Amino acid sequence: MARLVKLYSQVDHIKQQYFIRNRIAEENRQKENEAAVRIQSWFRGCQVRAYLSHLHKNATLIQKTWRGFTARVLFRQRVKTAYFIMKMNFYNKMAVKIQQRWRGYYVRKYVHSYYARKRYLEGLTRTNAHIRRDLEEFAELQRKERERITLEKEEQEKNIQAQRFHFLLSTKQRPGVFNSPFRAEPDEMELRLRKVKPLLVRSAPKERKTPDIVPDLSNLMPNRERLPPIHKKPQGPFRPALEVQQQRQRPLEPSLRVATSITALEEAREELKRQEWRTRVIDQTRNIQIWNNMKFPSIFKHEPN
Amino acid sequence: MSQRQILQAFEQYQKARTQFVQTVADLASRPQNTETLQNAGVMSLLRPLLLDAVPTIQQTAALALGRLANYNDDLAEAVVKGDILPQLVYSLAEQNRFYKKAAAFVLRAVAKHSPELAQAVVDCGALDALVVSLEEFDPGVKEAAAWAISYIARHNAQLSQAVVDAGVVPLLVLCIQEPEIALKRVAASALSDIAKHSPELAQTIVDTGAIAHLAQMILNPDAKLKRQVFSALSQIAKHSVDVAEMVVEAEIFPAALVCLKDPDEYVRKNVATLIREITKHTPELSQIIVNMGGVAAVIDYLGDSKGNVRLPGIMMLGYVAAHSENLAMAVIGVPQLAICLEEEQEDHLKAATAWAFGQIGRHTPEHARAVAVANVFPKLVNLYLDTESSEDLQVKAKKALKSVLQKCTYLPALEPLLYEAPSNILKHVICQFSKVLPHDSKARRLFVTSGGLKKVQEIKAEPGSAIQEYINAVNSCYPEEIVRYYSPGYSETLLERIENYQPV
Repeated sequence: MARLVKLYSQVDHIKQQYFIRNRIAEENRQKENEAAVRIQSWFRGCQVRAYLSHLHKNATLIQKTWRGFTARVLFRQRVKTAYFIMKMNFYNKMAVKIQQRWRGYYVRKYVHSYYARKRYLEGLTRTNAHIRRDLEEFAELQRKERERITLEKEEQEKNIQAQRFHFLLSTKQRPGVFNSPFRAEPDEMELRLRKVKPLLVRSAPKERKTPDIVPDLSNLMPNRERLPPIHKKPQGPFRPALEVQQQRQRPLEPSLRVATSITALEEAREELKRQEWRTRVIDQTRNIQIWNNMKFPSIFKHEPN
Repeated sequence: MSQRQILQAFEQYQKARTQFVQTVADLASRPQNTETLQNAGVMSLLRPLLLDAVPTIQQTAALALGRLANYNDDLAEAVVKGDILPQLVYSLAEQNRFYKKAAAFVLRAVAKHSPELAQAVVDCGALDALVVSLEEFDPGVKEAAAWAISYIARHNAQLSQAVVDAGVVPLLVLCIQEPEIALKRVAASALSDIAKHSPELAQTIVDTGAIAHLAQMILNPDAKLKRQVFSALSQIAKHSVDVAEMVVEAEIFPAALVCLKDPDEYVRKNVATLIREITKHTPELSQIIVNMGGVAAVIDYLGDSKGNVRLPGIMMLGYVAAHSENLAMAVIGVPQLAICLEEEQEDHLKAATAWAFGQIGRHTPEHARAVAVANVFPKLVNLYLDTESSEDLQVKAKKALKSVLQKCTYLPALEPLLYEAPSNILKHVICQFSKVLPHDSKARRLFVTSGGLKKVQEIKAEPGSAIQEYINAVNSCYPEEIVRYYSPGYSETLLERIENYQPV
């Protein structure tokens, strides 16, 4: 109860204080409101920030893990490719080594073969020597041939000359020009004259029925060889000579057609005309006059109507 | 009776004309009379005789005209100006074969002097008449016509083209197949004259199948025919690779090599020309010829012949060696070429020999050694330095020296050059020394003992030039004292040292 009395004694104070305090609170309300707002806003800010940073951290964590994962995958890929490339380089280098060796061998053996070239050059020298020899021989043969031909020609000419000068041959009584008694041996020409057959001299040609002149060409032709026969195969069988002679000598017995001259018809006509001219004295007989008057109708006469 | 007197007068006139024309023809066959005849006005007198009623007088007049025109181009021009040509062309178509021969002879005599006269002959329509006479039976007429055609076609490409356009080539090919040798000769020379101007003309001739017929005539014994045949083949082959291959495919080798031993000089020369034209195109063709032993045959030919006819042989060797080093190896018949260089007096032959040497020696040191051993360098240097040599010769000698020296490692041949050569050649010589000496000790010793090092020291060269570098390279192969010992003026420096020396 004491407390109640105390309380009642304080009621006025309380009322007073209530109003004083309200007034003070009212005066401080704005400031305190603002301060409270500020504190609250800062706290909310902290909250939000903490939340955001939490979110950020989580997101970073996720991203980090993810990126690590992907990167490791990529890395493994890259390692694989790098390994692959290294392997391929190595293989390439080895392949190049093999190809080098092979190509060197091949070129040295087949393409630029030293031994093949040596053999070729040796073969070439042999061929050259061969050709040279052949050409020499051939030239030699040709030369000999030519010399032989000239010698033979000279022989021929000398023989022909000897034939023509056969009268210079020495006789028993008189030695010839080429066989001088002061010489030890007769001259070459003399020997030739002795060896050679004289030219055939033809006697004067007899009178023949058909006077053909056979020209003597033997002095004009330089070489006296016989011409080859015209027919190679044997000719014949021939008719007996008597029969041929009789046939040739038979007198001409021309037929009537052959015997008449070609102008016989014209001549006969001429003869007939002449005969007519000679014999016919009277040209027109009596029947002709009447016939002449009766012949043409009047329209063909040129008379004025 | 007066009739007889009249006839007698005509007969006397005819006899006089015949005699005059025959005398003129006989006189015209000697060249010293042409001057007098021309002054006497023979042209104007012969012209009406060409139109004479008697055929013999016509023929003899034509013959006399032809002989006159043959010797002298003034007379030939007078023939052209006197309008005689159309009459001749007309009668070529009409008259008998003696007149045709004489008329063709006149055309040939006129056409041979110069291209303008030949053009005048063509302008008169002579080509058609000549083509008609090529179809005649008589071989003499054909020969005269073919000869006239060859003289017309000889001058330049247009005339040859005109001749070909007239359709002459198939007829000439037919003429080649005739049995008469003179006709073959003239037809072959006509083909050769046509083919020599341009590749198209050569191709035309090849298209008519002339090569096979020409190839058949190679082994004919007549020398003049062979001359013409080989000349024709070489004129055809020189234009292009295809045609040359066709000529080779006609299997003329090795029969043509045999003709290199023919006694007639010009046959040999034409065969060598043919081989040269074939080898100049490609290495394959040269290879074919080398494989058949052509090189040996040509070297023999060079040994046998003297003078101008050697030129195609030398050039053939040069062409063969130029293609590749295999072939150049095959050509090493170099002693023969060296003799050519010594013996020849003509500049162009020496130039050709120098060029051939250059082609042989430029491939590898082996080849250069073969050239060097034949003791060629001093001669080439002499040719280069000789003031009497023509410019062409000097240029070729210099090029040959340069190209061979750059590959030459045969030192004994290089040493004499140190003393004689002018400075631009010396550069190459010392360059070669500087390449060889660092590797070969015997060569170094030999170089010193033969006095080469001394000579090198005496050479004056501007510092920084190429020669100086080579000289330095050579000097660096030797120790310092030796270089100083051989440098000029060493004895003076030694004496100076003696003077300055104070004895202790």
